Amino acid sequence: MEQIFFFVFAAIALVAGVLLVAFRNPVYSALSLVAAFFALAGLFVLLNAYFLAAVQIIVYAGAIMVLFLFVIMLLNLGHAGALERVAGKYRRVAVVLLAAVLVAQLGFMAGRHWAGTPVSDEAPLFTDNVNAIGKLLYTRYLFPFEVVSLILLVALIGVMVMVKRDRGGGESRSR
Amino acid sequence: MAVPVTYYLILSAMLFAIGVTGVLIRRNAIVIFMCIELMLNAVNLLFVTMARYMGSGSGQVFVFFVMAVSAAEVAVGLAIIIALYRNRQTLDVGEVNLLKW
Repeated sequence: MEQIFFFVFAAIALVAGVLLVAFRNPVYSALSLVAAFFALAGLFVLLNAYFLAAVQIIVYAGAIMVLFLFVIMLLNLGHAGALERVAGKYRRVAVVLLAAVLVAQLGFMAGRHWAGTPVSDEAPLFTDNVNAIGKLLYTRYLFPFEVVSLILLVALIGVMVMVKRDRGGGESRSR
Repeated sequence: MAVPVTYYLILSAMLFAIGVTGVLIRRNAIVIFMCIELMLNAVNLLFVTMARYMGSGSGQVFVFFVMAVSAAEVAVGLAIIIALYRNRQTLDVGEVNLLKW
């Protein structure tokens, strides 16, 4: 069973990686990268790294890829027409499908909640994993942890300085 | 572990190789960035595999740090790309030759 899952996720990750390089349209590349991230999250689950799988989806597939897509669309590299043709053809199907998935998930969670059973059968496993990572992070790796916070702060300030346009003409060097 | 650790290592190496190939053959700066992300993820997979194999949590903590650093890297890199596009109206890395002698 585990082997089957491994090969499925590995195949998805490899195909998505090749497509990422092969697609001409950057939007398609970004979407195949999302597929690769999801496959890697699945592999993390197989490796018992539950917390990292969740973080992988939230941080990579969520935050970082949104940033990528945002910049691609901001710079208008995606040839909006082509994307619109594909999206227009499948939009209704996609909306119905995603709505069905959402309703199914909410129904499952609500059913579990009202029935009084824990939301996941694996809850102890998951909390153990978070527990171990949290303990390591705040004891043995406390200093690197603080350094990471500094890196994020520096990146934040650097980005704002770099992208900011000087508004008032005058002696602006970068337009 | 039902799946041999070698399989994970091979998969990680293949993903890394795909990322390197992308960086080498693509000209679009954003796609190059995404290939770098793929390489970082291949290394993350290696970290998690080894954490499982060695039975220690440190590998997972390091994946955490890699993710934070790559988030910062993406933010700065995309800001550079936006500034580049504003000044040059292109993302082709072949035409950005300010630092080439």
